[in-house]
Amino acid sequence: MYISQDKRRTVQRHGLIFAFAIFLVVVSFSSPEFVTPGNILNVIRQVSITGMIALGVTFVVITGRLDLSVGSMLTFLTVLVVDQHNQVGPGLAMLMTLAAGMLIGVVNGFFVGFLKLNALIVTLAMLSLLQGITLFYSGGSNVNVDNAQETWFGFFGRGELFNVPMPVWFFLGAAAIASFVLLRTTFGRWIYSVGGNESVSLFSGVQTRWVVLSAYLISGLATGLAAIIMGSRVMGAQNTIGQGYELTVLAGIILGGTSMLGGSGTIWRTVIGISMLGFVQNGLLLLGFPYYIQWLVTWVVIILAVWIDLAAKRGKVFA
Amino acid sequence: MNKVVLTAESMTKKFPGVIALNEVSFEIRAGEVHALMGENGAGKSTLMKVLSGIYNPDGGAIYYQGERVTFASPKEARDRGILLVHQELSLSPELTAAENIYLGAWPTNRFGVLQKRKMNEQAKAALDSLGCDFGPEVRVGSLSIAKQQMVEIARTLAFNATVVIFDEPTGTLTVTEKNQLFQVIRSLRERGVAIVYISHKMDEIFEITDRITVLRDGEVQGTVDTQDSSIGEITKKMIGRDLDQYFHRAQSTVGREVLKVSQLKKAGLFEDISFSVRAGEVVGIYGLIGAGRSEVAETLFGARQRSAGVVVFEGEEVAFSSPREAIEKGMALVPEDRKAQGLILGLGGRHNTTLPHLDRFSKLGIPNVKQELAVFNEYKEKLEIKTTGPEQLVGDLSGGNQQKFVLAKWLCADPKLIILDEPTRGIDVGSKSAIHQYIAELAERGLAVIVISSEMPEVIGVSHRILTMASGRLVGEFSGAEMTEQNLITAVSVLPKAS
Amino acid sequence: MNKGISVAGNNASQKQLGVLASDSNLHRTLHFLAENYIWIFLLLCITTFSFASPYFLTINNLGNVLTQGSFIGLLAVGMTLVMINGEIDLSVGAILALACALAIGLQESIGVWPAILVALLSGALLGFVNGALVALSGMHSFIVTLGGLIGIRGIVFIYTGEQALMVEDFSYTEYAEIYLGPVSITALIFFGFAALFQWLLSSTKHGREAYAIGDNIKSAHEAGIQVKRHKIINFVLCGVLAAMAGVLLSMRMGTAEPNAGKIWELWTIIAIVLGGTRLTGGFGSMWKTVGGVLTLAVLLNGLRLLNTPNYIELVVMGSVLILALVLDKLLASGNSN
Repeated sequence: MYISQDKRRTVQRHGLIFAFAIFLVVVSFSSPEFVTPGNILNVIRQVSITGMIALGVTFVVITGRLDLSVGSMLTFLTVLVVDQHNQVGPGLAMLMTLAAGMLIGVVNGFFVGFLKLNALIVTLAMLSLLQGITLFYSGGSNVNVDNAQETWFGFFGRGELFNVPMPVWFFLGAAAIASFVLLRTTFGRWIYSVGGNESVSLFSGVQTRWVVLSAYLISGLATGLAAIIMGSRVMGAQNTIGQGYELTVLAGIILGGTSMLGGSGTIWRTVIGISMLGFVQNGLLLLGFPYYIQWLVTWVVIILAVWIDLAAKRGKVFA
Repeated sequence: MNKVVLTAESMTKKFPGVIALNEVSFEIRAGEVHALMGENGAGKSTLMKVLSGIYNPDGGAIYYQGERVTFASPKEARDRGILLVHQELSLSPELTAAENIYLGAWPTNRFGVLQKRKMNEQAKAALDSLGCDFGPEVRVGSLSIAKQQMVEIARTLAFNATVVIFDEPTGTLTVTEKNQLFQVIRSLRERGVAIVYISHKMDEIFEITDRITVLRDGEVQGTVDTQDSSIGEITKKMIGRDLDQYFHRAQSTVGREVLKVSQLKKAGLFEDISFSVRAGEVVGIYGLIGAGRSEVAETLFGARQRSAGVVVFEGEEVAFSSPREAIEKGMALVPEDRKAQGLILGLGGRHNTTLPHLDRFSKLGIPNVKQELAVFNEYKEKLEIKTTGPEQLVGDLSGGNQQKFVLAKWLCADPKLIILDEPTRGIDVGSKSAIHQYIAELAERGLAVIVISSEMPEVIGVSHRILTMASGRLVGEFSGAEMTEQNLITAVSVLPKAS
Repeated sequence: MNKGISVAGNNASQKQLGVLASDSNLHRTLHFLAENYIWIFLLLCITTFSFASPYFLTINNLGNVLTQGSFIGLLAVGMTLVMINGEIDLSVGAILALACALAIGLQESIGVWPAILVALLSGALLGFVNGALVALSGMHSFIVTLGGLIGIRGIVFIYTGEQALMVEDFSYTEYAEIYLGPVSITALIFFGFAALFQWLLSSTKHGREAYAIGDNIKSAHEAGIQVKRHKIINFVLCGVLAAMAGVLLSMRMGTAEPNAGKIWELWTIIAIVLGGTRLTGGFGSMWKTVGGVLTLAVLLNGLRLLNTPNYIELVVMGSVLILALVLDKLLASGNSN
C-alpha cells in the first residue's frame, strides 16, 4: 500500500521524540539518578538483548512479515548454550547455538518464503514447537553454568571494555553492521524491494523467496547472539526465560516508526524504539511504579506513536 | 426527442496536481445509449463517478429529471436510480447473488434478520429477466466472470435504475457474451432507461450507441449522433490530431532471428503458440483481455513455467525458471500493470531503475552509488522524465513519468529482446506519443521488440507485424497493408468460447 | 483460465474469482469435503485416540473434552467474527483475565451477579476501545490489539496485585457444576453462543455484512454499509465473549490468576485457522471454528490421557497448525484452477 510522503513526515518523526523528551525531563525531575551516565549505560545494557533480537526481526519486518517465534527461540537457545557449555565447552556451545538459531530461521523462512504460508501463523506454530522442544531438551528443569566465575564465557554478558558493558558493544556493533548491510549492500536493497512490492521485485529479477528466507535466517542468528549474551549474563536458564520477548521486540520496532507493512524502516529506528521503551520502563521503575505499570504505558505509547505516524502520513487525524 | 434524465452542468473536479474535469457539460436522455469516449485519463471515469455519487464535484451542478441534486454518497445516487456497473466488478464472492444484488439494501425485519425469501424472490425475477441460468442463492464466487457481470446488471434492474452507466463492460467477455450483454442493453433502452456506455472499442460504439460525447484532457470536445459520425472523426476528437501523425513505426533494418517460439503451451492458459521475432522488428500481439497474451509473455520471461514447447533465444535453447535468468540472458519484460509489476512505489527513481541490474553496479555485493546516479541521470534526460531527483519516490509521479521509469529500468541493461505489455495504458496523450517514439527508436537500435496491446490504433501504428490471439491460441498473423482494424477484429472474434 | 476480477482491498491476490460451477455429484462431494476437512480430521483424531486409550471414548471423558474446549471456544467464536471482517483481536486472553478477576474480586462488595455483570461490561468496554481505535485511527487491528494484549494485562495486575484472587464463598464454584447429562453448563454456553453467532452470520444483516466487508471493503462502503460502526460492534461482541469465558473460568476455578489466559489468544488463532477460517477475511463460519476448537480439545485431551509428556502437546500443536496451513493453501489454489 503506497502512501505519499511529504513534509509532514518530519513533524511525526520529531513529534515522538518531542514527547519522549518531555517524558525524560519529567522523570529527571523526580529522580535525579535517571540521567546519570551510570543509569543510562545500565538501561542500554538491559535493552541490548532485546535490541539484538530486534535487529534481526527488523529485517523480517521490512520484508513485510513477522517473526513471533523469537521469544521461544531465545529460551531454547539460551538453555542450549548454557547446557552445552557444561558438556562441550563454551566455544563449541556458542557455535552450536548460532547454528541452531540459523537453522530455526531457515525453517521459518522456508515456510513463509517458499511455501508462502502466513507468517503470523507459522511463527506462532514455531513458538509452540520451540516451547515443546525446550521442555523436552531440558526435561523441565533449569540449567546452570558450571564454574560460572571462572569460565571465559562470562565475558560476553558480564565483561566490560573501557567501562562499557560488553552487551552494549555487541548490540551497537551488530546494529552498525546490520545498518550497513541494509543500506549499502545489494542484499539490503533486495530486502527493501521485496517489502515494497514483492511481485515487482520478482519481475525485476530478485530471488524473492531466498530474500525472505535470508531475513528469517538473520532473525534466528540475531536471536542466537542474544541467547549467548543472555546465557553469559545470567549464567543459567529457565524454561520461561524468553517468554514475552517477541512482544517487546515488536513494540520496540513499532515505536521506532518502522512500518509493519514493509518496504521502509531502518536499524536506527529500531535502536531508538527499543531504547525508548527501555528508558520508559526504567523511568517508571525509578518513579516507584510497579513493573506492570510499564505494560499499560507501553500500550498507550504504541497506540499514540502509530496513530501519530499514520495521521501525519495521510494528513488527517481520523481515518 | 426523448426527455433529458440526467445533466451535468459545468462540472469541475480537481485532484492534487491535476484538473480531471474542466467545466464539463453532459446530458443523458431516457431511452438512449450515450457513449462517452476518450483516451485513458480524459476524465470519463471521473465524470461518471461524480454522477453516481462516488466523488463530490468541486464546481458545477447536477440535475436529475430537471431538479438540482447533490449526492453525499453513492447510496444517495442509487436511491435516485443512478447505477454504475464498474469496470472492476464490485461483488463480494462469498455472498449469494441475491445478497450482492441488494447489497446495502437488504430487506430485514425489525430485529435485523434478513428476509431471505423475499430477497431471493425479487432477485430471481431480476435474474430471469436477464436470461440468467442460475438462481439467486448461488455463491457469486463460483460464477464465471460473464455471469458475475449479469449479477451486477441485475442490480440495476432491482433498483429500478433510470440511469445505468457501463464502464468498459466487455473487457473480459467472449463474443457470445458480449452479444448477450448488448441484448440486455437494448432491452433496457426499450424500457426507457438512460444508458451511458464507456468504451474505447470503436466497433462496439458504432454498433450499439445513439450519441457519442468525446472527452479529452477533462474537456468536452463535442457530442454527435452516432449515425452521422465516423471513426476518423471520433478519433480526431479524442487525440487532437490525425491518426497517422500519432504513431511512429520504426524505420529499422530487420536482422537476425532473436526469438523463436515453438508450440509453447501452458495448461489451461494457452497452447500451440509458435512465432519468431527478429532484431529490429516490432511485433505486435493484439487480442482481447483474457486471450492469454500476458501469460505467454510471463512464460517466456520465466515468471511462469511452461507445460510444453521450445523456446530458442539468440540461437540457444532456453528454459527460464525465474525472471532473473531471463534478465541475465538479455530479455526484458515491461509488465502491463506498472503498479503491480513494474515499479516499487515506495522507493525512489534511482532504486527502481537499477534494481534488476544491481550486479553490474556492485563489487562484492555493495552497489556503487555514483555509477547508479550516472545511469539514472542518463535516462532521466533521454526519456525526459520529470522528477525532482533520484530519491523522489516514484509513487509521487504522474502515470506517464512512472512508465518512463519502467522503460528506463529495462533499457539500462541493453536487452536483446524487450516485451512491452500494454505500455501506454492509463497514460496521458503526450507521454503516449513519446513512448511510441521510443519504441521505434529501440527497434532502430537493433532490439527485437514485442508490443502487446488491446488498443487497435496503437498496435497497428507501431508494429511491423501483428499476431492475433484469442482464447489462448494464435489466430492470425498480419503484416504490411493487411494490418487493418477489420482484419484484426475478425481474427479475434472467430472463436466463441464455450462458457 | 479466467484472469479474475481485481477485487479491491487486500484480498486481491488471494482471491481468484471465476471458478465455473461444477455439476457432477462427485465433484460437489469432494468440494464439500475439501471445504470441511476439519471434521474429517476430528473424526480421525477421535478414532485414533479411542484405539490408543481405553479412557478416551467414555461419556465422562468426552464431557470433559467439551468443557475443556469451551473456554478457548468462546474466545474463538468472538474472534471468528472479527476475523471474517478481516481483523484480529490479540487481547482476548487479557480481557478474559480481567473479567475473571473482576468477577471474583468484586463479589464481596457488590454481590455475585452484579460482579459478573461488571466483568461482562469490562469486556464490552475494552472491546469498544479496540474497535474504536481501529475504526477511528485506521491502525491495523494487529497493532492495536497487540498493545491491548500488553496493556490490559497491566490492568489485570494493577487490580489483583501479583497474587491470585480467591473467592470468599466457595459455593460460587457450584455454578460450574451444573450439568445436563454429561455436558457441563460451560460447554452448553459455548455451543449456545456458537449456534447463536452462526445464525447471526448466516441470517442477519449484520452477519452477512461482515462477509461483505471482509471480502471487498470498497464496494461494501460504496453500497452504503456503515463499515466503522460494524467493526466496532464486532470488537465489542468479541470482548464480551472473552469476558464471558473469563467469568466461566472464575466459576470453575474459584480463583483468578493475574496470568490467566496468557497465550490463549494463540491457541484461539490456532483453533480458528485449523477449522478453516481464513485470516484474510471474507471467509469462514462458526461451524468451522467449532470443528477447530473441538479438534484442538480432543488432541490435547487424548495426548494427556496417553500420559505424553508436556512437550509433546506443544510440538504436536505447532506441527498440526503448520499442516493445517499447508492444507488450506493447497485447497485454496486447487479451487481456483
